[in-house]
Amino acid sequence: MSLKRDIDKSTKKDRLRRGIIQLRRRDRAFAFAGLAVMAGAFIVLLALLGQLVYDGMGRISWQFFASYPSRFASQAGILSAWIGTVLVMLLTALTAVPLGLGAAIYLEEYAPKNWMTDLIEINITNLAGVPSIVYGLMALGLLVYEFHLGQSFLTAGLTLGMLILPMVIIATRESLRAVPPQIREAAYALGATKWQTVRDHVVPYSMGGVLTGMILALSRAVGETAPLITVGALSFIAFLPHLPLTSDFPFLSGQWLFDPFTVMPIQMFNWVSRPQDEFHINAAAAGVILLVMTLAMNALAIVIRARFRRRIHW
Amino acid sequence: MRHRVVMLVGLLTVFVIAGLTRQSGSEPTTVVKVDGSSTVFPITEAVAEEFQKETRGVVRVTVGISGTGGGFKKFCRGETDVQDASRPISQSEMDACRATGIQYYELPIAFDALTIAVSPQATWVDAITIAELKTIWDPASQGRVMTWNQVRNTWPSIPLKLFGAGSDSGTFDYFTEAVVGKAKASRGDYTASEDDNTLVQGIANDKQALGYIPYAYYEPNKKRLKAVAVDAGQGPVLPSRETVETGAYQPLSRPVFIYVNAKSASKHEVKRFVEFYLAQAPTLVPQVKYVPLPREAYELAVAHFKNGKLGTAFQGASTIGLKIEDLLRREAKL
Amino acid sequence: MNAEGVLKKAEAWRVSSRLLTQVKEKTIESLLLFAAMTSVAITVGIVGILVYESTSFFVQISLWEFLTDRQWTPLFSEPHYGILPLVSGTLVTTTVALAVAVPMGSLIAIYLSEYSSTGTREVIKPALELLSAVPTVVYGYFALLFVTPALQKLWPELPGFNMLSAGLVIGIMIVPYVSSVSEDAMRAVPLHLREGAFALGATRMQTALRVVFPSALSGITAAYILGISRAIGETMVVAIAAGMQPTLTWNPLEPAATMTAYIVQVSLGDLPHGSVGYQTIFATGLTLLLITLAFNIVGHVLKKRYRQIY
Repeated sequence: MSLKRDIDKSTKKDRLRRGIIQLRRRDRAFAFAGLAVMAGAFIVLLALLGQLVYDGMGRISWQFFASYPSRFASQAGILSAWIGTVLVMLLTALTAVPLGLGAAIYLEEYAPKNWMTDLIEINITNLAGVPSIVYGLMALGLLVYEFHLGQSFLTAGLTLGMLILPMVIIATRESLRAVPPQIREAAYALGATKWQTVRDHVVPYSMGGVLTGMILALSRAVGETAPLITVGALSFIAFLPHLPLTSDFPFLSGQWLFDPFTVMPIQMFNWVSRPQDEFHINAAAAGVILLVMTLAMNALAIVIRARFRRRIHW
Repeated sequence: MRHRVVMLVGLLTVFVIAGLTRQSGSEPTTVVKVDGSSTVFPITEAVAEEFQKETRGVVRVTVGISGTGGGFKKFCRGETDVQDASRPISQSEMDACRATGIQYYELPIAFDALTIAVSPQATWVDAITIAELKTIWDPASQGRVMTWNQVRNTWPSIPLKLFGAGSDSGTFDYFTEAVVGKAKASRGDYTASEDDNTLVQGIANDKQALGYIPYAYYEPNKKRLKAVAVDAGQGPVLPSRETVETGAYQPLSRPVFIYVNAKSASKHEVKRFVEFYLAQAPTLVPQVKYVPLPREAYELAVAHFKNGKLGTAFQGASTIGLKIEDLLRREAKL
Repeated sequence: MNAEGVLKKAEAWRVSSRLLTQVKEKTIESLLLFAAMTSVAITVGIVGILVYESTSFFVQISLWEFLTDRQWTPLFSEPHYGILPLVSGTLVTTTVALAVAVPMGSLIAIYLSEYSSTGTREVIKPALELLSAVPTVVYGYFALLFVTPALQKLWPELPGFNMLSAGLVIGIMIVPYVSSVSEDAMRAVPLHLREGAFALGATRMQTALRVVFPSALSGITAAYILGISRAIGETMVVAIAAGMQPTLTWNPLEPAATMTAYIVQVSLGDLPHGSVGYQTIFATGLTLLLITLAFNIVGHVLKKRYRQIY
């Protein structure tokens, strides 16, 4: 009888042990699956980048940067496109940064807790989820036709500025919130007005996060194609906009704001859509440059964030 | 550091304000605006590129591809200077231009051979008759003619994937009139695009595909597409420069044009551009794989432009089966 | 000047300087409020222009026809204005994308929050964010010239333009969105819940799936909704790789046009202002906006419903 009891005890332990081993095995399989999926995602990323670089690297040269688009793939280049991107980014930043900073400061420091503030906040969250092409549609109807700004740099800059505004506001608010309230209270205690506190204490300390957010938003804008196509980029631009400097008074000209425009992603799209392989190589080269631009901006944002974080001592 | 930033921002704001306070139209426009057919686009693109090289960027040319129909709507509102057209101006467009007081020159610049294209893997088809094309593209065939063997029973019973011009395209108008018998009458279940490059990509990558594209989009992609010979009753004829010049490739050969706004033509840059266009056409047209008109045709066009011969020789009617010599002799009307 | 005069002057100066400061403060506050109101103005602009142009459209085409006609051929001689083909295109590509992104993203999120060490996480997370930093045209290029030929080796019948390639690539693109937000939500679950599970003898997998995941459901739902919105609004990948043929089909192996691709296609052709064709893009845009808004509201409601107070 004690033998039976001993046998029963040991078999139950076995079952238990087997159960535990099985669970552990499943756990390890699960971990492995997670790792495999992650590896899969990275393999895809590397494949994509590798393909792009392999196709396009050979095409990148000084000539590529300095030539206009052409019907001959070997002579075609991205001159009008990359200058267009730089100018449009400039206008986008000029639109989004002041408005975004101002709105975030208002919402964080000044806004009373009433329905109007709620409305603004809900609004911003909604806008962040609107597809980018809808911004393009709005710009087409409103800016191009109603306000008669035409299919120009100005329209492009305003469109992208509005697109990234919610991102800038959200990122800036986070950074402002991260500044401890003691700083503000200390400033008030010394008799500073609200604006003085914000201008001299809160904003400078949050600059790291603010700059990071702005640069990330701009890097997103660099790659935006759909809204700009909707606003009206042309298939063939073989010239640069008017220079902002002129030979007669007042030596400054805003003519370029109203010139037709093109940007890097649109040029790449145009080349991808052509069936000849030589144009695909051009597209790959443009893609590499676009990617480098985007990654450089992201890297800059990370560096700035790290540097500012090091200086903060609370 | 902050002062420098503020100064920079201030400078930029000044730029922007200077631009905003500029009055539109106060500066001389040196942009020649061209829009319209994607069929004519390769020619106009080539001309624009060479023209800008020659004028060293002093005159700027922008070229869009809204399609012949879309382009005419803009042209008859005075929004463009030159219209690329792969068919003559229609009656309603003539009325629209007359209503807004737009007068124009009609200048034929090349012949195109509308090519029926399939993927090189479609080994069963080499020639097709006009009647068979009509079976495929007739509006009544929508949803009914869905496989190759429904067109000709010796063909395999695999799905038929169709590609063709979008409905704002002159190619669309011309093809439907030549094949179905009525302009703009077509079945709707096909991949339509104003951008012929999309069509080339689609057809080349799909064994079951059949589509119609301008010759200039077929020829550079000969390795990826196969042209189907068209039989209009005289035996199957493949599209090529020779068959178009002799008039053997019918009814899918057609003239393509540029229309020039008469008021724009009085501007020095536009005039220079158009004259350059006609002068370079004999060289550039074959380079982009279209069929050039005979020398006399270009000389006549130049003469028309110089002497102010306005209007269209087609009275909004079609040009199916037109030979080049017939084109030259026509009388023009606004 | 005597002491009283000096005092009075100082008083006056102080009062007027304070007034000036107050005026300055108020002005600055108004400027900042103005900046904040621009966001409202943008929404008004978007909704306004879409509704305005769509109204002109719906005056000519009945809402019933718009919603039920099975063809979308607005520019033919016999035009059809049914939005269903475009909606089906959007839905199919989004479904394919989610079929990739949801499992992958969730699995990665679970791994990062439950299994991996802090060091690994700090490296992997930004690396994953790189996936979302790549411009969408580049993804489109990838879909057309890499994924489609690769798939064609498996299925030679696959047409050059198809929804499957586009959907797969969009899925990869939105994995970082899903995984990042889900992982943040899961890490917000307090440690003691996990420790309770471990104390009862659960493995990490059981803890993750039965304790952490359900607790973080609110944030995870938000992540999924974010992914859905992003996939619905995606334009360039479908414009390049899915073809531009509006067909009412639920088969991802066929080419189709999504609402976004249609808008781009028409804009490339640049329809003249005021024509019915021009208005179709606004009607399409309005439908797109309403669908996105609906998903956002659903997400908001779900988020509230599953919100856990730890």
